[in-house]
Amino acid sequence: MNIKVQTAMVLNLDKCIGCHTCSIPCKNVWTNREGAEYMWFNNVECKPGIGYPRKWENQEIHRGGWTLDGGSLRLAAGGRMKKSLNIFHNPDLPTIDEYYEPWDYEYGRLIDSPRRTHQPSLRPRSRITGEPMTLQWGPNWEDDLAGLSETGPGDPNFKDLDYRTYLQFRNVFMFWLPRLCEHCLNPACVASCPSGALYKRDEDGIVLVDQERCRGWRYCVSGCPYKKVYFNWKTGRAEKCIFCYPRLEAGLTTLCAHSCVGRIRYVGVLLYDADRIAEAARAPQDKDVYPAHLDILLDPNDPEIARAARFQGIAPNVMAAARRSPVHALIREWRLALPLHPEFRTLPMVWYVPPLSPITRQMDDPSEAGSLIDRMRIPVTYLANLLTAGDEAPVRLALKRLSAVRRFMRTRRVEKRDDPQVLDAVGLDTTAVERLYRLLAIAPLAERFVLPTRPAGKDDLFIQQGACGFGDAL
Amino acid sequence: MDKFLNRLRFFRRKASATGCREERSADQWTETQCGRREWEDLYRRRWQYDKKVRSTHGVNCTGSCSWDVYVKDGILVWETQAVDYPDCGEGFPNHEPRGCPRGATYSWYTYSPVRLKHPLIRSCLLQMWRKAIAIHDDPVSAWASIVEDEAKRADFHKARGKGGFVRVDWDQAAVIIAAALIHTIKKHGPDRIFGFSPIPAMSMVCYASGARFLSLIGAAMISFYDWYCDLPPASPQIWGEQTDVPESADWYEATYFIVWGTNLPMTRTPDAHFYTEARYRGARVAAVAPDYAEYVKFADTWLPAKAGTDAALAMAMTHVIVKEFYIDRQVPYFMDYARQFTDLPFAVVLEPGADFETAGRFLRAADLGLDVNNAQWKTVVYDAAGKCFAVPNGSIGFRWNEEGRWNLRLEEDDHGIDPLLSFADQADGWRTVAFPVFAETGAGVKKGLVPYKTVAGPKGELRVTTVFDLMAAHLGVTHKNAPTVSEDYPAGYDDPKPFTPTWQEAVTGVPAADAVRTAREFAENAEKTRGKSMIFLGAGTNHWFHSDMIYRTIINLTTLCGCQGVNGGGWAHYVGQEKVRPQAAWSQVAFGLDWQRPPRQQNGTSFYYFATDQWRYDTLRPETVLSPLSGRPAATHMADYNAVAARLGWLPSYPQFDQNPIELVREAVAGGAVTDAEITAHVVEKLKKGALGFAVEDPDHPANFPRVLFLWRANLLGASGKGHEYFLKHLLGADHAVLNTDGELRPEEIRWREPAPEGKLDLLVTLEQRMSTSAMYADIALPAAGWYEMHDLNTTDMHPFIHPFNPAIDPPWETRTNWEQFKIIAEKFSALAEDHLGTIRDLVATPLMHDTPDEIAQAEVLDWRRGECEPVPGKTLPNLTVVTRNYADTYRMMTALGPLAETAGVGAKGVVWKAVQEVPALKAALGTAAAHGVSRGRPAMDTGKQAAETILMLAPETNGETAVKAWAALEKRTGLSLRHLSLSRRGERFRFDDLTAQPRKIITSPIWSGIESEERRYSPFVINIEEKVPFRTLTGRAQFYQDHPWMRDFGEQLPVYRPPLEMTGRAPEGVKREPEREMVLNYLTPHSKWSIHSTYSDTLIMLTLFRGGEAIWINDEDARGIDVRDNDWLECFNANGVVMAKAVVSPRIPPGKAFMYHAQERLINTPGSKITEKRGGTHNSVTRILVKPTHMIGGYAQLSYGFNYYGPVGAQRDESIIVRKAGKVDWYEY
Repeated sequence: MNIKVQTAMVLNLDKCIGCHTCSIPCKNVWTNREGAEYMWFNNVECKPGIGYPRKWENQEIHRGGWTLDGGSLRLAAGGRMKKSLNIFHNPDLPTIDEYYEPWDYEYGRLIDSPRRTHQPSLRPRSRITGEPMTLQWGPNWEDDLAGLSETGPGDPNFKDLDYRTYLQFRNVFMFWLPRLCEHCLNPACVASCPSGALYKRDEDGIVLVDQERCRGWRYCVSGCPYKKVYFNWKTGRAEKCIFCYPRLEAGLTTLCAHSCVGRIRYVGVLLYDADRIAEAARAPQDKDVYPAHLDILLDPNDPEIARAARFQGIAPNVMAAARRSPVHALIREWRLALPLHPEFRTLPMVWYVPPLSPITRQMDDPSEAGSLIDRMRIPVTYLANLLTAGDEAPVRLALKRLSAVRRFMRTRRVEKRDDPQVLDAVGLDTTAVERLYRLLAIAPLAERFVLPTRPAGKDDLFIQQGACGFGDAL
Repeated sequence: MDKFLNRLRFFRRKASATGCREERSADQWTETQCGRREWEDLYRRRWQYDKKVRSTHGVNCTGSCSWDVYVKDGILVWETQAVDYPDCGEGFPNHEPRGCPRGATYSWYTYSPVRLKHPLIRSCLLQMWRKAIAIHDDPVSAWASIVEDEAKRADFHKARGKGGFVRVDWDQAAVIIAAALIHTIKKHGPDRIFGFSPIPAMSMVCYASGARFLSLIGAAMISFYDWYCDLPPASPQIWGEQTDVPESADWYEATYFIVWGTNLPMTRTPDAHFYTEARYRGARVAAVAPDYAEYVKFADTWLPAKAGTDAALAMAMTHVIVKEFYIDRQVPYFMDYARQFTDLPFAVVLEPGADFETAGRFLRAADLGLDVNNAQWKTVVYDAAGKCFAVPNGSIGFRWNEEGRWNLRLEEDDHGIDPLLSFADQADGWRTVAFPVFAETGAGVKKGLVPYKTVAGPKGELRVTTVFDLMAAHLGVTHKNAPTVSEDYPAGYDDPKPFTPTWQEAVTGVPAADAVRTAREFAENAEKTRGKSMIFLGAGTNHWFHSDMIYRTIINLTTLCGCQGVNGGGWAHYVGQEKVRPQAAWSQVAFGLDWQRPPRQQNGTSFYYFATDQWRYDTLRPETVLSPLSGRPAATHMADYNAVAARLGWLPSYPQFDQNPIELVREAVAGGAVTDAEITAHVVEKLKKGALGFAVEDPDHPANFPRVLFLWRANLLGASGKGHEYFLKHLLGADHAVLNTDGELRPEEIRWREPAPEGKLDLLVTLEQRMSTSAMYADIALPAAGWYEMHDLNTTDMHPFIHPFNPAIDPPWETRTNWEQFKIIAEKFSALAEDHLGTIRDLVATPLMHDTPDEIAQAEVLDWRRGECEPVPGKTLPNLTVVTRNYADTYRMMTALGPLAETAGVGAKGVVWKAVQEVPALKAALGTAAAHGVSRGRPAMDTGKQAAETILMLAPETNGETAVKAWAALEKRTGLSLRHLSLSRRGERFRFDDLTAQPRKIITSPIWSGIESEERRYSPFVINIEEKVPFRTLTGRAQFYQDHPWMRDFGEQLPVYRPPLEMTGRAPEGVKREPEREMVLNYLTPHSKWSIHSTYSDTLIMLTLFRGGEAIWINDEDARGIDVRDNDWLECFNANGVVMAKAVVSPRIPPGKAFMYHAQERLINTPGSKITEKRGGTHNSVTRILVKPTHMIGGYAQLSYGFNYYGPVGAQRDESIIVRKAGKVDWYEY
């Protein structure tokens, strides 16, 4: 057992209000500069839809992530040999149009304009060519189902469903999917890099592109099935979400999580067994990857694990955080949070609680939980295609548990009694539901984000105290 | 070389060789790296910053979120949400974080090229000015020489909106403005000068800056809440309260929600989590929405009611609730609530008719022959205990000229009474009563049976019934012991007669079963929780012509179920609502009440209706919206109603008269008048003789034009200017796209002039942070400081905190805070006024105000002009006050607190106290004014921060001692013990820097209807319900029933469904129609996801996050019908104008509707229109407002004027547009 620490995130899609506040401070702080115009380390997509870049989920087009080849893992885009052959032409690289051609406006003209026949108005101009342009796509082109009739058929999560049904006014559904780098346990971007510039940090699992070592081959860009590594045209290097490590190291959560006014995000640490990554990623069927992935997550409350972790040098403050970890509770303990497209086999570490939705038709007994899930507007199949490689059982469990929290609490509040039967049916008890309710509904900042500050490592911190920040110059 | 090789993976040395652990996993593909990570400092350095400052955004969103603003290397770099609000209480989610994507974008503006950095003036105007000043030497004469020359005037009017700005220095800009003001005051009167700035709560000192200056010079501030159509007139009608709503944390108390036309995730972004989280606490959610809106995503049930038909659904739900919870079964909680807190038991006189009777006015003490104070204003119930009619405490007659019985104790003369809700069990008989029914096909009459009792009074016998009995009969719900049944009553819920669930299905499209189920769930939940059922409502249900009726029908449900005044229950109105929490103190500062009273305050809708000549195009005939049971309409044109309202003192009306008010006083004095009373008498006599007219009766006469308009914190032309093209044409005289012709209707009370004037305003000044549409059309654009560059205060009704703006950087370039901007204008003005104006006397006309004794002035509608009564100021006529103004003192007055706060008092909503302790404390805290003259020794208010401190000191909400003092005033009036509500916080006094340390929770005060405390969240009307302080209405209770004669004329005594007007509009002039490629859609303009009104709409980030410019959502099937695909250009037009926008095609939108997020600037991505051969306009280019006469009622209890409180709302939602594919577009870049 090789115990590693991963800082992970859970997003509760049942609470996401699609506001995009998460994206803005991220953009302002990290990608608000030349070369990074089109980059959104964090973006929000509306589902159904094809997203940013277009159809990123469709690996038949983009060839990101891993495939299973006779029981062993292969990069979908091909191995080292193929890369070496194609090193100056990467056929799988998304084009700028698939992201979107970034634009701007000559704002100053409104003020400087001489007197004209017509009132001045600004056309969008390409930030690449400087020429006026007609906008064709953007980082959130499909907001709130905009243009769905055109893009909906291209959403692969409609697999095994007739998408046409859901593209009609009375049958539509929607929810939002905020996306950032998954900081995978088995990152295809790292594996794809010919320069070895990408790496996963030992202490927290954050995946980074070394800005000094990157040579701009861009295989990470195509290799990532989530399309969350970007190429900076100005520096000639790849950049990606850094999970706000400068904040994390100080015990602060990421900017996207801090800014989340829907309060849907949870950030904390997970322990996992690094020795079993390959085994999990190689699970025989796509549907097996999620359970295998769960299986290598370790319980920090297990004395055996705790002892081993201590032996392997995991600091006490990190272990304390792992025990209080909200993401561990949501992912492993209650199985409410599920991974995004586990069939990509990268073992992603940003997980999602699936959303409830309005019921399509009223029944005489609307409280009947089982059928309730199937009467919701969002088809379970759709969510399963998104989160569990098509396996509906985990999605159903999560939705039923969410429903059970609501029913239990309603009975308690309105009828002034407890109804443990509701909980029995979904394998929860009163204490669990109270904890779950607290985490879902009222958890304050300090409970949504449980992060250790950087552990005290070497003994020279006393010296560093006076010297830090001066760098090499002094 | 080694370094280079190291960087290529295949040549790198093994980690073991460098002495650190490097691991691989997953078939050797994944690696954990060690060493060589110094580069990581790159991103760390980016995150490092020099300081973090607490500020916020003064934008019209009511979010009131506290933000941390970061400065790095002297540059303002970004912002993040503050998360340190005081706790909401145990077991509640907190307000952290608060913020939205728009607010997070604000720093973009700071250095953006769209920012106004220097004062700008249109070059042609500057040239005229330079020539004029060279000749005249005196700025006032110079200005006169420009604006009195029609050719020059037209020349710079035509340049409006066309670019051509040049820089001018601050002094010069201020002198030009001051000259224009002085010229206007001299020639036309101060009441021809206007200021428009909305939503003070969001940056109250900024609002106060201009409002204080303008009020001191006698100019009028224009209201916004009613103009925006965000004011729900239903609220003053029902409760006598402008609006009061639960803070968002109180949503968490609710266990049943109906979200009804308010898009919480989009427009209440920072609060929406309480909505989503309450579901985990067990709340059920029903969403009523015409489209699959964002809030529907969180609902359990979606009720897709056709837009504008919501009242039909609410009527059916009311039908179910009254039948099942009031008649079939009587829920004790509902009955108790109804008897104590609503007008349901109050007696209403049945007006006799030939075949049937109609619902008349409330029975009054006077009808019983009682000789008591205000007998016309005391309403009556039947006391089941005493078996007689009784006059319970609390009606408005108890509020004025007496003390101690204005309360909701169920008492008459100190003995308890038990009001009878229905006469059904004790009827003297039953009568048939006719009610109006409105349908798209036209109005009809519906009959019902009511039990009555007979009352003998001085004028003979009257038959009376209760409001409840009328309501049941109106709904078609039979009393168990009714002797017979009207044939108009439905047989059951399946009967399609009004107002059954099946009837509503045909109107709204919502399945009847869903309507029944939702009504039952709502009421059952309220029964079990004692009122914790809540209805959110907002713009989607409020922006219609009949918004008040939609709201009244919906609010019915909450009041019937005892939800109002209950934590977790009642209405939650969220559109444009705001809360200047320290309102009384702020008003004192903002309107210069500390120096002079009364200020001029104009209702926005009437102002713009006349100033932009939209009244000339009004084709809505009053008779088409009248009750079929009423006779001839009181007027033939909607504008006539407004003229009547002005002369009866119901509505303000500035310009006041067709004569300069200063001249009017001079004339009176010349004629021998000495005292103020004599001056006033002179004016009344002149009015009576017809020698003096109201300006509103001749709005197109040049003498009655508004002349100078200031816009700050406001983008009138790019956001709220409904009827945008009429603004351009008539108010500004600029290029426009009006395709309309004068309506065929002619008013009787108003003079019609030909041709209609174009270009009424002499000067439009915009004080702005950025080049907005308003700045583009202004003559002078002054650069304002940003929100991270000033001191100010911010509050909202969404949370209980007050928190500050602080400057993270000084205002850059030549920008100045609004406070400093108006100071320099005041300084130049005062200096010029010394010679030009000196001390003058101004005659100020003000309407009969709510919360003053004037609100019981007119028990009957009598028109002095028609000889029905004498013109008496303050009774049958507006109040007339002579105000002395020493104009040279304006600057000194503006920058110090005047004496009236101690002597005349501070107050609001009828509660007044004297700031005797607070003023000395202010002197000690802030120092005193040093300048010689009127302000010397007064508390200094030189800076914006001092103005903020003054507000904090004077306000009961931020000064505990003052709160206790304020309660004492209300205790006296009500006879109740109330000060306990604030005693625990008596010792608290907030200073500005305390707020910077942490936002503070407001102290409970009598200005508001809810309780602020650690134990509970703010919920409106809790003080009315728990403490028995009356609602400020006729009966003192929540009123289902409205008995004013105009209400009866329009058939709106009881809430009822009124269909949307379905304005297909007039044929646009000169447009060749092509029906095969056109489509007519109802045009809805909801709030935007990517801006707060127009703010942020032009930022690159927001434009990038959607479609980069103006866009209109349409349904996919509709789009296919005219061959439109997503992202095609659309040309949308009607007689009002043209808007060009990108098509957003989505099956989320219902067929037949077009949604355009409002307030997208026409300065961005707006091509030309082939129809007009001009640039496409804004979302408001295709709108025109409609006014509703019932909103103009005044001098009648809760239906009395208040600024931003009551008055006609600028409704535009019943409009339709014609939509075409535009194909290739032209950009007109010349």
